[in-house]
Amino acid sequence: MAETIRLDINGTERTLQAAPDDSLLSVLRGALGLTAAHFGCGTAQCGACNVLVDGQAVASCDTPLWAATGKQIVTLEGLGTPDQPHPLQQAFIAEQAMQCGYCISGIIISAAALLEKKPDPTEAEVRAALDRNLCRCGAHNRIVRAILRAAREGAPA
Amino acid sequence: MSTGPGLGYHIVEGAAAPLPGSLQTNPRLSQWLKFRPEGIVEVFSGKVEIGQGILTAIAQIVADELDVDLARVRMVPASTAASPNEGVTSGSLSIQHSGAALRFACAEARALHLDAAAQRLGVPVSNLSVSDGTIAGPGNLRTSYWELAGENLLERDATAKVAPKRPDRRALAGHATPRLDIPDKVFGRPRFIQDLRLEGMLHGRVLKPPSPGAQLTALDESAAKSIPGVVAVVRDGSFAGVVAETETGAAAALKKLSAAASWEPGDALPDESNLRAWIKSQPVETTPISERASGTGATVARTLRREYSRPYVAHASMAPSCAVAQWSRDGVRVWTHSQGVYNLRADLALVFTLPPERIVVEHMEGAGCYGQNGADDVALDAALLARAVEGRPVSLLWSRADEMAWAPLGAAQAVDIEADLDAQGEIVAWRHDVWGNGHVSRPGRGKAPTLLTATQLAKPFPRVIAANPPLAGGGGSERNATPSYNFPSWTITNHRLLTMPLRTSSLRTLGAFANVFAIESFMDEMAAERGEDPVAFRLRHLEDPRARAVVEAAARRAGWSSWKKSDGRGHGVAFSRYKGFGAYCAVVAEVEGEADIRVRRLVIAVDVGEVVNPDGVENQMEGGAVQAASWTLKEAVRFDRTRITSDSWETYPILAFSEVPAVEVEIIDRPEEKSLGAGEAAHGPVAGAIANAVHEALGVRVRDLPITRERLISAMA
Repeated sequence: MAETIRLDINGTERTLQAAPDDSLLSVLRGALGLTAAHFGCGTAQCGACNVLVDGQAVASCDTPLWAATGKQIVTLEGLGTPDQPHPLQQAFIAEQAMQCGYCISGIIISAAALLEKKPDPTEAEVRAALDRNLCRCGAHNRIVRAILRAAREGAPA
Repeated sequence: MSTGPGLGYHIVEGAAAPLPGSLQTNPRLSQWLKFRPEGIVEVFSGKVEIGQGILTAIAQIVADELDVDLARVRMVPASTAASPNEGVTSGSLSIQHSGAALRFACAEARALHLDAAAQRLGVPVSNLSVSDGTIAGPGNLRTSYWELAGENLLERDATAKVAPKRPDRRALAGHATPRLDIPDKVFGRPRFIQDLRLEGMLHGRVLKPPSPGAQLTALDESAAKSIPGVVAVVRDGSFAGVVAETETGAAAALKKLSAAASWEPGDALPDESNLRAWIKSQPVETTPISERASGTGATVARTLRREYSRPYVAHASMAPSCAVAQWSRDGVRVWTHSQGVYNLRADLALVFTLPPERIVVEHMEGAGCYGQNGADDVALDAALLARAVEGRPVSLLWSRADEMAWAPLGAAQAVDIEADLDAQGEIVAWRHDVWGNGHVSRPGRGKAPTLLTATQLAKPFPRVIAANPPLAGGGGSERNATPSYNFPSWTITNHRLLTMPLRTSSLRTLGAFANVFAIESFMDEMAAERGEDPVAFRLRHLEDPRARAVVEAAARRAGWSSWKKSDGRGHGVAFSRYKGFGAYCAVVAEVEGEADIRVRRLVIAVDVGEVVNPDGVENQMEGGAVQAASWTLKEAVRFDRTRITSDSWETYPILAFSEVPAVEVEIIDRPEEKSLGAGEAAHGPVAGAIANAVHEALGVRVRDLPITRERLISAMA
């Protein structure tokens, strides 16, 4: 049943009424109105809903709220803005690294987690880090190029 | 982006020809564009963005022809309330249909405004120039499209008498231009229909049957209704669903509803273990497709015959389909990611027995669809749910399993090819037979709706068996069944299934994927019979210089002739001209592997005529190639005798990042040739090239897709 839940989202504490078993994705997209993380499968198989939880890319569809409280959660909205873009956001624009773009939010998040740990990854490391993110349009190689560009051109803010 | 004095416009002389592109059916200029006093031009295209970058390519054309900055162009999403009816966004035709219409409409709009400016300023048109929408004459004489917006110069039918700019005078078309939609997507701003949030919006979930054709015999709604926040439980025949204040509430209520439903199963599904035999044993409608009479008089020394097949393939969009619907006393408004807003409206009108004008269908972007996914079906579901809560919008998102198992599938196909060879092993006759379900059950084309749930209502509509589009437009099952090679004679025949246990509709390339896979595999088998190089063998049978050019370019770029053979590695080539009259594409694939095949590299040469956005073409080719590699190596919709079992990413795997090959694209730009779509050119050739490369690597010929470990083993046996 609903309880008061406190979440640290994009550097701001948010308080809401929800059941501890509700998924993080459902409150991000619902009560909090943060729609960048997308629903793709609901079973952590596609990566479209990935967000950073204490720096790790995790599937928010499969993360209950009780597991997210007390942790720093970052969504694509919190990664950067047009005025202060994250290097990955700049690089994805420079490389036109998508077709439909539905998967891109989760992919940028996975890439951000990778670059935090490994600022200068090899192409194989980038591909391995994205193996739990699916893309159906076939934009994979552009996406990999964008991530390598971001690694070259700027350390994450 | 300006034209100097003396380059006013050029009138095309001559008798009235049909209007270009979609102007034929939507001639009024004001249907296409409107200048706004605040300095923008609104553009109404009936084509929709499905991740292919079409809106950007069209905006480029508009900016070029009008001489305005791209930033002033507002692409208005397609809507039955405002847009020209351009049918469906499919078949790689958007540049030909909408691009051509807008190119001529804008050229004429520019001329009309120049004429008006000339009158207003009192100078001849030849003394005027246009720069970013400002029309300038000698000295300080100035006016603009924006100033002239009030004169309603576009309230007239197009004549197409004003010639568009020559390709070399276009500032944007032909150059890579950043896509207009990408910034929203990298900053996570709401852009997709799944992100739409309307005032008072409710959330729905629907109960899909346990198997195709199953009947809902009993439903206890009480447990679902007891979930807090549930606003309605809806049932109509075998359709059932819930509406709740939140998505979480709707999901919880659906679980209760599902547990309280009793079903009577539908008809048994085919045995998937011998799909090719099943396809060829069904009742069919047989149609001759193409016949070329023999001219050689050569004696047939022997006949070579091979059988190929492809399985059912899922669209498997990254997003489950979604729609939002809102009823009022007057009718219903639907937001959809359908590829054809007017077509969807027509079927909704049939289901709800409403005049079409009481239904407004508006497009919003969804995930890439690659054909008819669940977009249209979910729109009917949403409208059925929303009818129970008149006044409030209802957003309905299908589940992953709904999308995988209930969206239409790409039809499975069997292909037999036979060639008669003379004593020298030269082809003297060629026969190609293709069997499979039709490739189109799109809405808006018949007397009965084709939407999934229409067959499940208390007053059900009959199930529509998928048909094939006309051959003149490229056909369906028979697409690319007629070879592009100069064989002296051939007989091409299509057998469309009249049963449809698994629902099929348009998936990218329709029948071309299987037909090209079969033809190009067979071409390699025949080259091998003769001991001839596969590239040389193809070139010897190709006369069209544009066809030869892509084969030569791909071979050169891939280093075909300097390939070093080694164990477990192979390369292969394939070619097709999409639909027989579309884009030319040749592919060289390099693979390695033993039990599991890995594609290392795909080298593609393509000729799409005039290129509007080179980066857009490259992106479409790369994407098509990767998707085709995934279909070729991995994809088959699995089912048992009652249900589709491929209902998740685990049971329907696609190519992952670490499995994706390097893709190189060489574009042969032909600015003087008509633009041809790029989105479907690569699929067939990629499948053929991979199959041929696998044969070189392992000495095994896999003729039933996909080329999985199991298929390799059974082909070795």
